[in-house]
Amino acid sequence: MAQAATSLDTFPKYLLLNADRFRDRPAMRHKDYGIWQSWTWAQQMDEVRAFAIGLETIGFSRGDKVAVVGANRPRLYWTFAAVQSLGGVPVPVYGDAVAEEMAYVLDHAGVRFAVVQDQEQVDKILSFRDQIPALTEVIYDEARGLRDYAREGLHDFKEIQAAGRALLSSDPERARLWEEGIRQGSGDEISVMLYTSGTTGRSKGVMIKASAAVNAASDTVAFDSLTEKDSVLAYLPLAWVGDHYLNYAQGYVAGFCMNCPESQQTVPQDLREIAPTFYFAPPRVFEGLLTSVTIRMEDAGRLKKWIFRHFIEVARKHGEAILEKRPVPLSGRLSYALGNLLLYGPLRNVLGLSNIRVAYTAGEAIGGDLFSFFRSLGINLKQLYGQTEAFLYVTAQKDGAVRADTVGPATPNVDIRISEDGEVLFRSPGQFSGYYKEDEKTAEVMTPDGFIKTGDAGFFDSDGQLKIIDRAKDVGRLRDGSLFAPKYIENMLKFFPNIKEAVAFGNGRDFATAFINIDLQAVGDWAERNNIAYASYQELAGHPDVYKMIARNVDETNRRLAKEPMMAGAQIRRFLILHKELDADDGELTRTQKVRRAFVDERYHDLIGALYDGSTEKYVETEVTYEDGRKGKIRATVKIEDAAVHEGAAQPAREAAA
Amino acid sequence: MNHQPATTQFATQDDGIAKGDVLLKVDNVSLAFGGVKAITNISFDVRKGEIRAIIGPNGAGKTSMLNVINGFYTPQEGTITFRGNERRAMKPHHAVRQGIARTFQNVALFKGMTTLENIMAGRSVHMTRNIGWQMLWRGPALAEEIEHREKVEEIIDFLEIEHIRRTPVGKLPYGLQKRVELGRALAMEPSLLLLDEPMAGMNLEEKEDMSRFIIDVNQQRGTTIALIEHDMGVVMDLSDRVVVLDYGKKIADGTPDAVKSDQAVIDAYLGVAH
Repeated sequence: MAQAATSLDTFPKYLLLNADRFRDRPAMRHKDYGIWQSWTWAQQMDEVRAFAIGLETIGFSRGDKVAVVGANRPRLYWTFAAVQSLGGVPVPVYGDAVAEEMAYVLDHAGVRFAVVQDQEQVDKILSFRDQIPALTEVIYDEARGLRDYAREGLHDFKEIQAAGRALLSSDPERARLWEEGIRQGSGDEISVMLYTSGTTGRSKGVMIKASAAVNAASDTVAFDSLTEKDSVLAYLPLAWVGDHYLNYAQGYVAGFCMNCPESQQTVPQDLREIAPTFYFAPPRVFEGLLTSVTIRMEDAGRLKKWIFRHFIEVARKHGEAILEKRPVPLSGRLSYALGNLLLYGPLRNVLGLSNIRVAYTAGEAIGGDLFSFFRSLGINLKQLYGQTEAFLYVTAQKDGAVRADTVGPATPNVDIRISEDGEVLFRSPGQFSGYYKEDEKTAEVMTPDGFIKTGDAGFFDSDGQLKIIDRAKDVGRLRDGSLFAPKYIENMLKFFPNIKEAVAFGNGRDFATAFINIDLQAVGDWAERNNIAYASYQELAGHPDVYKMIARNVDETNRRLAKEPMMAGAQIRRFLILHKELDADDGELTRTQKVRRAFVDERYHDLIGALYDGSTEKYVETEVTYEDGRKGKIRATVKIEDAAVHEGAAQPAREAAA
Repeated sequence: MNHQPATTQFATQDDGIAKGDVLLKVDNVSLAFGGVKAITNISFDVRKGEIRAIIGPNGAGKTSMLNVINGFYTPQEGTITFRGNERRAMKPHHAVRQGIARTFQNVALFKGMTTLENIMAGRSVHMTRNIGWQMLWRGPALAEEIEHREKVEEIIDFLEIEHIRRTPVGKLPYGLQKRVELGRALAMEPSLLLLDEPMAGMNLEEKEDMSRFIIDVNQQRGTTIALIEHDMGVVMDLSDRVVVLDYGKKIADGTPDAVKSDQAVIDAYLGVAH
């Protein structure tokens, strides 16, 4: 094994190995024409080889870069391996990128070839082809609509493979040379170049070395004991590090089967049919699943509703304990077993999660209730934290040590350090070797001793799990020096169904305060049930009973903050419920519904002042923009309430942070 | 293991007529319901491989014309020549056998059946095993079913309706129902496809999608299409030639540009000062 480990440092080497050791096991499935088409590892190697040799016939040479654009389709995944087998570098690009963005990436990466899914992508590339002289050959997977296009520099994937196969059969030496080339490949070569999504400025090309990629994947494959018997549904964006890592990299190392959905819209059905054993989804997907279950239960008959409510309650009590193999009374076990028969099993089946052994979520904070709901059904959902620059994993939770509010300890062979100002730094086997053609930016994120700055602020909890609190640049301090992480406090508030949005203040001030937006649907529903009449958001927001309800949520938030030594100092002393909903039309939120802090600070300057000058109410006039573009003013007297501060379990954060 | 289904690129029936030759010819056709003259002495032709539009204001006789072509109505006068065979009286199912399929202005699908079943129904015209075999559903009947299912799956793929394969069509939004109906008509593998207001009641995006599909059907499958449409923008963009009817009479016939600038057409659509 040790000898094998030293030589297995690229994915094409794993392809050869798997085609031998898992010859007849499925490597790839794709639902096409209503049927799951399947390829074994031996067949997959044949497809990859034919394409690789075909690429050589149109002038591919070592070191060439190849853009891969489109949805999750077997041929695009084969392109990765084929390009790597020839010593080239695949550059996956987001298929939904507009032409301008795509042109930037293709130009910056200096790609010579582009392998794309369909006409849409071909059209996009043709629209800017003149500006990128280096790009000479475009290869498409789906021929539909492309019949009448000028052929020059445009190829059908099938034809390239056919050319490759023709060469292979006429020259038996060819296959041996190809394999020889793979064996001589070095782990020091760049395996893949992943462009960051570019939400903060231009996207950067993250270069990952082959040996780094393989090492990282081997570590996590061992961590979650993935084997050739596992299967995944490859539905995440092809160009995202998560898809490349979880499906392609881990798939080649573990030898498991990757399943490509029929189309983006059929993912839920395909998930049900495949029932993968390993699954990743961002929190909003789980939220969507829960919502769809809840809505469908609303329409169910009374008996079914009763069964649902009863057994969900049983699961809430015992489910997680049973999953984590903690002691549970016999009666609880029996009820849970019955619930499993009547509800949890069928529900998991409908959601396509019946065979899940390991599921992960990451990307943003996940609500505790939401997280527990899925775990209580017997789904081993865990959290991880990662970055493109790390080739995904930095931390991951171990089975049995799972919490909603942390992201777990460092994954094997990863070193994590918290910098002086609270930023998370890491050094990992999969870490990138630099941004392509941007040495300055690479230097910016590297520390002299080789750690990488994540840009996220976090700390280690008492049980050794990392907790991410905010973007490092947003984290501030109260005047007494305690840590103030606005997003962390806001997320905690937002997990209450009554609170839709929150904005916390406190940087450079004496204590923390918050603006709160109620959730009109949830609170409106509550008002209806309690016979509280209201005419507008403003009226409901100012209602004394609503204030009481929100005060309880704030109090609970403080109680939770108090339990955390690092955060206890930033409990909310005063809060108010805003008289209007924060709105992207008024510039208070971005189009992706994130709070624009600087803008809110300025616009509600008077209200923030009132939070700190001790007044109990404040009259304000706020300009609003209606949907048709007209402007108007909202006048209101906003009440300000005090909230109690709780004693923490430990000393405030100052010492810990200093 | 079979990777790709045999790529039986779905095609139109081979009718032995070369592209550009006359596929359907309507000669001096008149149709009256009692005293109401729906169509008066109309002649035009449809050439193989083209998209032919029939337009006109409400009540101009467009749908009646379509019903005459597919044999639902029998004209009192005139002849219809399809693939070189002259005919006057005919039943719609004979028209289907001859290779004419259509969709309807108001979607006419089997609402309780799934998308897949609806499109399979379109294949029934090509099923040759008798009811005994079908009931037994073994051997040749099963083989036939599989063969037809492959064709249907190609159509589902072509129209991008994989996600609603198993959904009862009654639950689908209108735009998708229209697409399923087109799918069912395609399943008949017609050499002439009649579309009765394919974009009626659709929003802009659905119209663009449908236009795309109509062009693809025409170009990739080589299917000849005759369509009725209200949306002038769509007609002018899609069709190769346009025939304009008004009060049951033909008032213009030619390319979209020629028709657009024809005074009689402008008068019929915009009205004239009396």
